[in-house]
Amino acid sequence: MSLASSSLSSLRQKLAAGEISSRDIVQDVINQVSSRDQKIGAFLSFDPEAALTAADQADLSLPLGGLPIGIKDNINVEGQPCTCASKFLKDAFTSPYDATAIAKLKAAGAIPFGRTNLDEFAMGSSTENSGLQTTQNPTAPGHIPGGSSGGSAAAVAGDLIPATLGSDTGGSIRQPASHCGVVGLKPSYGRVSRFGLVAFGSSLDQIGPLTRTVEDSALLLNAIAGEDPRDSTSLNEAAPDYSEGLNQGVAGMKLGLPKEYFTDGISPQVRERVEAAAKNLESQGAEIVEISLPHTEYAVATYYIIAPAEASSNLSRFDGVRYGNRIENPEDMLELYKDSREAGFGSEVKRRIILGTYVLSSGYYDAYYLRAQKVRTLIRRDFEQAFEKVDAILTPVAPETAPKMGDATGDPLKHYLADIFTISANLAGNCGISVPLAPIDGKPVGLQILGPYLGEKEILRCARAVEANQ
Amino acid sequence: MANPHIDVRYVANLARINLSDEEVTRFSTQLEDIMGYIEKLGEVDVEGIEPSAHPIEMSNRVRKDEPIPSLPAEGFLQNTPDQANGQLRVPKVVDA
Repeated sequence: MSLASSSLSSLRQKLAAGEISSRDIVQDVINQVSSRDQKIGAFLSFDPEAALTAADQADLSLPLGGLPIGIKDNINVEGQPCTCASKFLKDAFTSPYDATAIAKLKAAGAIPFGRTNLDEFAMGSSTENSGLQTTQNPTAPGHIPGGSSGGSAAAVAGDLIPATLGSDTGGSIRQPASHCGVVGLKPSYGRVSRFGLVAFGSSLDQIGPLTRTVEDSALLLNAIAGEDPRDSTSLNEAAPDYSEGLNQGVAGMKLGLPKEYFTDGISPQVRERVEAAAKNLESQGAEIVEISLPHTEYAVATYYIIAPAEASSNLSRFDGVRYGNRIENPEDMLELYKDSREAGFGSEVKRRIILGTYVLSSGYYDAYYLRAQKVRTLIRRDFEQAFEKVDAILTPVAPETAPKMGDATGDPLKHYLADIFTISANLAGNCGISVPLAPIDGKPVGLQILGPYLGEKEILRCARAVEANQ
Repeated sequence: MANPHIDVRYVANLARINLSDEEVTRFSTQLEDIMGYIEKLGEVDVEGIEPSAHPIEMSNRVRKDEPIPSLPAEGFLQNTPDQANGQLRVPKVVDA
């Protein structure tokens, strides 16, 4: 087993025992990416010299001392590019500062390594909307890796690096984790600072880890969670130790199966896997109960008003003035804005900005945006009521395993509808994790475990019980 | 219900994006499909329901009024396509 394909926890032990050095790990990651990533396409760029220098200076006494972590290319790392997989920022942006999650990673001794591919500005669920390159699913070649954190998931699944960070606005960590067969955690809203994450949907976005094991997920969350004076939406409550109690098991836990998630839209094999996982947890002492989340069928419509509305506002900063690529010799300001944005943005980004602008425009605001915000309240209440009865909720991550590349392009609505199982957690702000189950015809599939607000410890413990019995 | 008509070129102008004729045609169909689907929110009874701008209750959070180091001007300017005298440079906006 190569070092790049090991778990963070096993590498920590080897480092502590003096069997290997941080340089050994980073060098192996560089070798793996250099020799095998042409086929996968997980990384957009990396700086081997900077990583090796950081490895030589690493403080191994720290929790993540000397461990390289791949970073989604929409999270700022000082001195590195941050393209958001957009032509708008390609070769035109070097981060002048660290995102808080990155500063915390560094403070924990970790080495941010490389920039992983994504759907442009995190808009999409296949990574096919990247403006810069395509990413293959390393476990199921010819299939999408999922998205938008497709590069982060593929980098871990392809044994290029032990762990990565992604961001999740509507499922962008959990869905690629499911499609690639890795563990992906979306923390509760406010648990991890969004400062330095390029904003897509500010009331939905969270940074989170993609890892090989549940234990590693907890390790990374320990490093990045916490309040940040630079993000007024970060939570002013101390984060617990997520590694503690991981192996306590699920005996006595109450787990809910929401009936609205097991409808005709889900593939029979995915359904069978999720139900088998629930049975297995039951045999480990959990109590399985049917619950109802009655507004589930409105989640996609709500999300595709709120997320594009927030995006249309957030992406107004990409105007060709402050940063990014500007068209040459614009006649006036208006032409500068409009032509720079036309040249820089891909189709999905334009589509969502226009959709968001439309639902916020005069005469439509009440009918669409305000109504969606009210339905959002109802979706939040669904979860609040459900979590009065259960400790966590078990669902599929996606209706099907990873589709073939190119399958859904040209029909954005079809793509959006596949987000049905993941977006509610973003609308409600609670946490969720995808943990791998037995593959279906060689293709990975994940179980989603949704927890209440700040229920990270419960879902990690539950995910560990699933993982331990695979 | 019929899908709503969206004047894509008009909205794109509000969003300050130029579109090709091909994009206008393609986006019109796609966005009308999407808005047609979104119409289903009209079924929900939202009478008396407070809107959520945020997933968690919080408002007007402030930090202590103490200066903390921030990015120097060079940091802000290092990525601008055009600058002069420590400022962003753009085409003339107001006629003399």
